[in-house]
Amino acid sequence: MPALFTYKANKSRQYFLSIGLVVVVSAICYLLSDYMGYRVVALILMVTVSFIAMFYSILPVLVCAILSALIWDYFFIPPYFAFTVHDTEDLLMLMMYFIIAMVNAVMTYKIRQMEKAAQEREEKEKTVMLYNTLLNSLSHELRTPISTIIGATDNMLSELNNLTEQNKNDLLKEISDASLRLDRQVENLLNMSRLESGFLKPKKDWCDINELIHDVANKYTGNIDNHTINIQVKENLPLFKLDFVLIEQVLNNLILNAILYTPKYCIVTIMAMCKNDNLILIIEDHGNGFPPEEIDKVFDKFYRLKNTKPGGTGLGLSIVKGFIEAHNGKVKLENIPEGGARFTIEIPAETTYINNLKNE
Amino acid sequence: MNELEILIIDDEVQIRKLLSITLHSNNYKVLEAANAKEGLALAASCSPDMILLDIGLPDESGHIVLKRLREWYNKPIIILSVQNCEDDIVKALDNGANDYLVKPFRTGELLARLRSAIRSTNIEESQPVFDLGDLYIDLSTHTVKKNKEVIKLTSTEYYLLALLVVNEGKVLTHQYILRQVWGVGYISQSQYLRVFIAQLRKKIENDPNRPEYILTESGVGYRFVAKE
Repeated sequence: MPALFTYKANKSRQYFLSIGLVVVVSAICYLLSDYMGYRVVALILMVTVSFIAMFYSILPVLVCAILSALIWDYFFIPPYFAFTVHDTEDLLMLMMYFIIAMVNAVMTYKIRQMEKAAQEREEKEKTVMLYNTLLNSLSHELRTPISTIIGATDNMLSELNNLTEQNKNDLLKEISDASLRLDRQVENLLNMSRLESGFLKPKKDWCDINELIHDVANKYTGNIDNHTINIQVKENLPLFKLDFVLIEQVLNNLILNAILYTPKYCIVTIMAMCKNDNLILIIEDHGNGFPPEEIDKVFDKFYRLKNTKPGGTGLGLSIVKGFIEAHNGKVKLENIPEGGARFTIEIPAETTYINNLKNE
Repeated sequence: MNELEILIIDDEVQIRKLLSITLHSNNYKVLEAANAKEGLALAASCSPDMILLDIGLPDESGHIVLKRLREWYNKPIIILSVQNCEDDIVKALDNGANDYLVKPFRTGELLARLRSAIRSTNIEESQPVFDLGDLYIDLSTHTVKKNKEVIKLTSTEYYLLALLVVNEGKVLTHQYILRQVWGVGYISQSQYLRVFIAQLRKKIENDPNRPEYILTESGVGYRFVAKE
């Protein structure tokens, strides 16, 4: 039913169905003309046209209005089978029928236009509101490190300060941390805008997954005290054709997330394997996992878990999803029964086993 | 020690200031240029010992400045770039840049790159022996020793290692390595490079998963470093 009677149905179909409906209704009326007067037929036809006007666009409705007026005149108003009308009353009725049908068609069309405009306005308002909320939270997240930097530097530059060497070092450490955090957030924003622009095309080249994973993980050794990164790469893994930099970014965001949001001494496990030419990457931690009701939302842009600690932009995971989808891959998040979260990434890719052949 | 003179071509005042303070305090002399035109003029009149060139200049692309400089200037040029611009970096390296730094960079990284670029130009006569502690490479006899024991390398592995070692400290793009070791016909066959790098690491690194000699430069290439 909805498919037949929406105004999205294509033009020729609209004409065909609406004219058909008028003809069928007229035919039924004609068969029943012994039981009812021809003026009732005018009303029945008017209802039919109004019904059509509710769903179809203006032109087919106007065509139906004219057609139904002509049919009524030709088949139902005496003399039958002629367009001539002798009775003045009938002539008046025919003219009025014609006018009412036209007005009906035009009014219905206008109402529909207004409804559409109102709907669009509402949607636009919603988007603007959403963006305002996002910008607010984002600027807050960017402001925090900036405030730290401004405060700490002011303090050090102030002639009145009587900071000890230890104080100064602490402040410098704060500045350094804040600027690194700022850098991370800007990088996420840049990546997001690359994704949003729609121009992100992975530069695929042969990748050694073992090398890729260790390259990311090694950046964290020495910088983390309380977490361990455990890497399990299946032996004899083929080379995969992927964008090395994008997949590194994916792993980086997931590892960073795990380190930032799991308790001390948690182990973060990264696994890689090949299944039917698909690269499978699993990133697991043994933290507290995600609240089940929020799992579906964590990949949404700017979404941050309720009751989470401040400091993120809510972009990390949506970038993960975006970069994987740019490779036509999928990412899934689930909580593990023993506690913790597991991200499973599956990316279809060209593979080669040249690395496992005997060379030379 | 006579001071080396470094020309900074960057339109950002803050970056120039930061670089100039850092370099001054490490006994370099500094020249500053805010755009391509000034930079080219200063390079020609002062002939500095090294140039730090920003890729995103207001009046002309850094790539064009690089090409114009390389018509006559043969001392090190280090490119300053921003994140996510691996294509830019590869292009600049292929056009004769010696190295690159991605903003924001750490001071330690900056100084290390400067030292290695200067070192590479100071080696006048090519030396055949590289004694790097637990790794020993003699190019005249094709000998490679790890912890004083000779290790067996296939000829491709050896040529790959030799290329990396001779260019110690410098990043080599994937394409450059493929062209030098395998030949022009192989520049799109990066799978060989990945495989041989992995094999080579297994033979010369203490932990192939935490390489200390052959470093991966994501999206750009590889860099051989001598442990300090």
